[in-house]
Amino acid sequence: MTDLTSLTLAEARDGLAKKSFKAIELTDAHLAAVEQARSLNAFVLETPEQARAMAQGADAKIATGEGGPLNGIPLGIKDLFATKGVRTTACSKILGNFVPPYESTVTSQLWRDGAVMLGKLNNDEFAMGSSNETSCFGPVVNPWRRANSDAKLVPGGSSGGSVAAVSAGLCLGATATDTGGSIRQPAAFTGIVGLKPTYGRCSRWGIVAFASSLDQAGPVAKTVRDTAILMRSMAGHDPKDTTSVDIVVPDYEKAIGKSVKGMKIGIPKEYRLDGMPPEIEKLWQQGADWLKAAGAELVDISLPHTKYALPAYYIVAPAEASSNLARYDGVRYGLRVPGRAIGDMYENTRAEGFGAEVRRRIMIGTYVLSAGYYDAYYLRAQKVRTLIKKDFEDCFAQGVQAILTPATPSAAFGIGEKGQADPVEMYLNDIFTVTVNMAGLPGIAVPAGSDAQGLPLGLQLIGRPFEEETLFSLGEVIEQAAGRFTPPVKWW
Amino acid sequence: MSVDAATTRRIAHLARIAVKDSEVAHLQGEINAMLAFVEQLQEVNVEGVEPMTSVTPMAMKKRADVVTDGEIADAVLSNAPATEDHFFLVPKVVE
Repeated sequence: MTDLTSLTLAEARDGLAKKSFKAIELTDAHLAAVEQARSLNAFVLETPEQARAMAQGADAKIATGEGGPLNGIPLGIKDLFATKGVRTTACSKILGNFVPPYESTVTSQLWRDGAVMLGKLNNDEFAMGSSNETSCFGPVVNPWRRANSDAKLVPGGSSGGSVAAVSAGLCLGATATDTGGSIRQPAAFTGIVGLKPTYGRCSRWGIVAFASSLDQAGPVAKTVRDTAILMRSMAGHDPKDTTSVDIVVPDYEKAIGKSVKGMKIGIPKEYRLDGMPPEIEKLWQQGADWLKAAGAELVDISLPHTKYALPAYYIVAPAEASSNLARYDGVRYGLRVPGRAIGDMYENTRAEGFGAEVRRRIMIGTYVLSAGYYDAYYLRAQKVRTLIKKDFEDCFAQGVQAILTPATPSAAFGIGEKGQADPVEMYLNDIFTVTVNMAGLPGIAVPAGSDAQGLPLGLQLIGRPFEEETLFSLGEVIEQAAGRFTPPVKWW
Repeated sequence: MSVDAATTRRIAHLARIAVKDSEVAHLQGEINAMLAFVEQLQEVNVEGVEPMTSVTPMAMKKRADVVTDGEIADAVLSNAPATEDHFFLVPKVVE
């Protein structure tokens, strides 16, 4: 029998339908892989008993022919998603041993459709980071290594556990979240596919909040098709999230293989940065050539406010975070550090419970919202955000259906290599992805090539609101041309 | 714009995060690095531009003003660090 962990999600689904193997065999194979890969630190909590029970339930459904679209498919869940009765921490000490008495909407839809939970995945603390180094459980190690080197690399962040687990074959897909690039940048760093849906497409209910106007859940998986399959189950209207949109969820998989002939694809000149590595430039051109060969029409476009997206983000996101994270006070759940009076208890709890990056962002957010600075910082940033969104709207109004850009300014870097002296160095990782969150648009990262050291590089496609299907069709063209990217050596 | 040590302490207090004397200089430096980074927003002409309040053009839905949940005190308190008789316990608030 073939190694069940090397299958794609679609292959596994079809194999289960044809009864080539049982759901319990598929789950056991992945549980064994998870156990062997503990050195990657991708999982912060393994739930093998629950996984086996869910897989047996899936087998029972296969026997009676009533399984949902994800019946028996083993998945990993980012630790930002509340899972009923299963510890959920956002990888922060301040949540301690928090065990939610409820289930997030997105994960409840996955279980509704028959998926199996293998466990909870590592991420940057409260999803604040681009390398998965801020997690209270320690960094995740990228399954990819540079040629002739055993230096440990970061998987990107914040969804570092999700992408490392998928890339290493520990699960067939995973949930992730994206506030400034946390799905697309790590997907690119590990050679897998990640979709950040349009704001409002997936419910945020039951997901630990970071910046509510930017946060959006989405899938990461081995292929574009697998990502589309997961997306159909994750998306949908939820009355419990007032920003969730009541639009019918299409069968995204039908977009795979659809012709892109005549589609107008924009190439934004502002994404051509000074000092951009030549291999990124080459990759971008290659992607454009592939789309052109498939019949798409490429046009030069301008998004003039691009350079202001990252600074505006670093006002809006910390501001919202400072407000969202005010709830962690040591009273109702999570860590409590005693203090003489209640105010001391709050201050001690938050000083010890939050890591350095989270503390810094809460303080920045507090400052830009404080009396006398609100107009100069926060209000101005929200106006800049309007201009960023208008840039995209102007292009879409001229008939542009999607925009092609690099996903990241570099390949994966070493653990401990960036952001030590200056936090801004780490923030620059999101330079190509953050505009999409600011404008609420969908974006997909698809692996497209390698750098000189053999590490995967990704391209990003940005779409019109609620036109994820276009991104799947275009992403498939790139995937067909570039092939799939799996770590060359299983060293872990 | 940049912050001094006193402002750094004031922000930490507003955010209810205890800061040791030895941490102030470092935090001040980090906050100022970020403020320097966002300074470039000042060059954008935002005259007459509406601040964004929602990325999707939608009116927030309202649900009927009725009770939809409740009678789950045990679940609500299940993660609390200290409770007594279905109350959250906190240190003395009034001397």
